Amino acid sequence: MKTLMLGNEAAARGLYEAGCSFVSSYPGTPSTEITECAAKFSEIYAEWAPNEKVAMEAAFGASFAGKRSFCGMKHVGLNVAADPLFTISYTGLSAGMIIGVADDAGMHSSQNEQDSRHYARAAKLPMLEPSDAAESLAFAKLAYEISEQFDAPVLLKMCTRVAHSQSVVEPSDRVVPPQKPYIKNPQKYVMMPGNAKRRHPVVEERMRALTAYAETAPCNRIERGTQNKLGIITSSTCYQYVREVCGEDVSVLKLGMIYPLPEKLLLDFASSVTRVVVVEELDSFIETHCRNLGIAVEGKSLFSNIGEFSQNTVAKALGLPANSGSVLSEQIPPRPPVMCAGCPHRGLFYTLSKRKLTVLGDIGCYTLGAAAPLNAMDYVLCMGGSISGVHGFNKANDGASEKKTVAVIGDSTFMHSGMTGLVNIAYNDSNSTVIILDNSITGMTGHQQNPTTGYNLKGDPAAKVDLEALCRALGIRRVRVVDPYDLKQCDTAIQEELAADEASVIISRRPCALLKYVKLKEPVVVSSERCVSCGMCMKIGCPAISMVGGKAVIDDTLCTGCGVCTQLCKFGALCAKEASDE
Amino acid sequence: MKTKNVMIVGVGGQGSLLASKLLGRLLLTKGYDIKVSEVHGMSQRGGSVVTYVRFGEKVYSPVIDEGEADFIVSFELLEAARHAQYLRADGRIIVNTQQINPMPVITGAAQYPADLVEKMKAAGIAVDAMDALSLAVAAGSAKATNIVLMGRLSKYFDFPQEEWMQAIADSVPAKFLEMNKKAFALGAQ
Repeated sequence: MKTLMLGNEAAARGLYEAGCSFVSSYPGTPSTEITECAAKFSEIYAEWAPNEKVAMEAAFGASFAGKRSFCGMKHVGLNVAADPLFTISYTGLSAGMIIGVADDAGMHSSQNEQDSRHYARAAKLPMLEPSDAAESLAFAKLAYEISEQFDAPVLLKMCTRVAHSQSVVEPSDRVVPPQKPYIKNPQKYVMMPGNAKRRHPVVEERMRALTAYAETAPCNRIERGTQNKLGIITSSTCYQYVREVCGEDVSVLKLGMIYPLPEKLLLDFASSVTRVVVVEELDSFIETHCRNLGIAVEGKSLFSNIGEFSQNTVAKALGLPANSGSVLSEQIPPRPPVMCAGCPHRGLFYTLSKRKLTVLGDIGCYTLGAAAPLNAMDYVLCMGGSISGVHGFNKANDGASEKKTVAVIGDSTFMHSGMTGLVNIAYNDSNSTVIILDNSITGMTGHQQNPTTGYNLKGDPAAKVDLEALCRALGIRRVRVVDPYDLKQCDTAIQEELAADEASVIISRRPCALLKYVKLKEPVVVSSERCVSCGMCMKIGCPAISMVGGKAVIDDTLCTGCGVCTQLCKFGALCAKEASDE
Repeated sequence: MKTKNVMIVGVGGQGSLLASKLLGRLLLTKGYDIKVSEVHGMSQRGGSVVTYVRFGEKVYSPVIDEGEADFIVSFELLEAARHAQYLRADGRIIVNTQQINPMPVITGAAQYPADLVEKMKAAGIAVDAMDALSLAVAAGSAKATNIVLMGRLSKYFDFPQEEWMQAIADSVPAKFLEMNKKAFALGAQ
């Protein structure tokens, strides 16, 4: 039966139908739903790993055991997992393995715009690139066939507009191949130099075989136009934009296998038309390959290597008519994302802002602490970068920055790659202060469990990491917990720990206000007579508070009664509901 | 048929994903090819959010470009104005007149523009403005604002009432079904 599915959901369906038995991933927009959807099938064991490297190694272990496996991540997650990636390419597998990686052209929810196709070339692994949900399903199944035929993990490359677009798919039944028997084979799987030297030629031979396969692969196809003037080589969501704006006169070579690229197919296609244009987002991956084959193509001379495309982008670049609408002359103020009303991070960031501290930040909801009016962040680099960075910063300043600099990192990010940075602080002895923002969930990606929450991906109770004990075990003696809704407590803790003569960890602990089990309080009550328009309550950037006619107004539909604003009002104009009732 | 384009815009957390899900379900039963493009992740946190719904015989691009939308359903007034250039010359904006201040307005760095409905009309845009929030509250919950707006959108389509009702039943929890049906009816008035 036909049904609508997100690209990610369809990819999960493809894993299911192909008999995938094991999924291990770390959440990251826009890849997260593949794993969440796979977890809904009782036949698939699915888990959140602490990071992408662990996820990929676990998926490899499952394949080594003879069962089809999957690991999923966003583009930057593949950087974390790059170490096992390059060597799994050498060992090959037992049962099929898919590595799902989702790029984010346009950076809707990412810190960079890297093009993950380069990993396929660098690690010498096949990569498939679907252009909609139906192909996400079909390519996931095809990927297992290729993986087992060529003894290599297959990269399934998504992008935001494929991952997060729904289109029509037709599901079918699950077919589970029998588990492959375990056969000890250290020459293939123990990658010490002697064995690895024998495996590298195998990898190169596999590349030649895969290139031959690509020539006739079912996922590469030519859509022959009525004229032989313009020919377009494209893939992924760009194919959809091309088909949207180009008529039947144009020939299209639609590539579903993006690495290795076919040679004869590209040469034959190019020679069948007078002009060849490559339409691809981000880097000139296909274009460069064509040039290496001696094909005269146009590509980045017409298209940008920055941001995502649309049908208008393609139309304009090809000199076709593009649509346009009428723009209002009115100045429309931007609406950037904000910390939610009741967000436990707000009180902590207000304190950092008030004390004018240098804040080395990390990846998560709390990155929004960088925005006005809090402006409480000085850098954000990558997962775990805050803790390692604060150590280097303080060492380079010969300790002069220790009393006014902190690192902030979320609970899930700390589990992902913050721990090793903290070990470095303890081991190499910098007097750094680290704040772990423990909101009991992985927030930004949409509420995933992690090793600190006490639950697993399937929602069952699980072992819970004791953060205080962990930090002490890593060598930090000063570890304390504060409630970020209590401004005084936050301020005291931060001042005392910055003043201390050794490294310390402050755990700012309160669950995300959006979690279903969190009991919200009644909205804060405003006394307009007492409000003197001082604007103190506006300094925390709460979306529930605004000034109307010079007086503070609370939006009852947003306010969670967290009470942070009531602690700032010196005139008693903002009160908790129960206090105002007395 | 030519591909029809409906853009649903609003503020993260207002329930636009449910509206697009409902619309997608309905269109699927009609046998159309459909693409629905959503935004997840960071921009959901109180930021400006956009969902594209496209349907027809064969739909390629998952996104709607400038000058292409037959309808823009806006959950908030400023967001309607922000996306007005996506409307076709003969398109229509259905807008909830509720105003939600963005952070630059809250901090005083910018002003919320006045008289936006009038300004859009003066620019030659067909605007169907309504207080969908109040109608939703009258139906039983402010959270049904999305369903009120779908009710208003239904006036411009030829789909039978029972098909909309079935799509609502398939999209909302059973205990809220009656309230949402009421919200839909209020929107369609």
